[in-house]
Amino acid sequence: MKLQRSTSIALCSILEAAASPERLVPAPEIAEKYGVSPHHLAKVLQQLGRARLVVASRGVGGGYRFVGNPKRVTLLDVIEIFEDISARPAESGGKANATDVGRALARVLSEVDETARATFRSITISTMLKLVARTRPTG
Amino acid sequence: MTSSKHSRSVEPARRLASAGDAAPSIREATAADLDQIIAIDAEITGLKKVDYWFEVFHRYGSRARQQRHFLVAESDGRIEGFILGEIRDWEFGEPPCGWVFGISVRPGARLGGIGTRLLDALCAGFKRAGVTKVMTLLARENTLVMSFFRAHGMMAAPFLALEREIE
Repeated sequence: MKLQRSTSIALCSILEAAASPERLVPAPEIAEKYGVSPHHLAKVLQQLGRARLVVASRGVGGGYRFVGNPKRVTLLDVIEIFEDISARPAESGGKANATDVGRALARVLSEVDETARATFRSITISTMLKLVARTRPTG
Repeated sequence: MTSSKHSRSVEPARRLASAGDAAPSIREATAADLDQIIAIDAEITGLKKVDYWFEVFHRYGSRARQQRHFLVAESDGRIEGFILGEIRDWEFGEPPCGWVFGISVRPGARLGGIGTRLLDALCAGFKRAGVTKVMTLLARENTLVMSFFRAHGMMAAPFLALEREIE
């Protein structure tokens, strides 16, 4: 499973902001930490703002704040702002899906997609922050 | 038995337990609790499964085997939720570990930490018996319960549940 670049940037940005609710997280800080271009990051943050998951504060000391409910917003909620990971419709495979092999292959791919969606749907931002803490190297 | 059969939702809920509510006590289920357990399950699943729950109690509630647990959360004489689980040896080839087979919290008592207390108590029982891993199995669509277990640090196990129609 590979997410699009914008989706990955969005998830990193949301988690950075949600991890520090007491402060505004500057965009350059996110860009530097995750090695993304400021331009691409700005576009992603704009989309997250339109989805009412972050708010921006401009000027000196400005930055972004996560304004969603971390116990309710899931990874899938964020992902679906940027891409559609729903099960592929049969016709998306073109002529191949009109064949027995194509239909069988589509069924397997659909199984993989459904499992991925269930996983993303069950993990909230709050749960992700706990996972981030658990996977942090000690010492 | 699976979590999905017993519980449609646990902590995620419609109302917050009031701050003044006393913390429920967690104890082993007794036969006298069954009416309330059946009622909670029926409220959540829409099915009143009397015979089924008596059978579950016979297997899990009698404490005939220390590896099985059927716990309830009780507050002021009212059962607010329950959990059942068992230590199984070499299930699916896994070394002995604890399995959660069902967890339910009365809809009006959710978001007060009852599900967490039940799960913690069950895991403590597993740990006392010497196992260090807990597993469960639930429907892919059961997002609320899956989110509950995820919030408690559970990740995908290295299994896939498979099925087919028997012709």
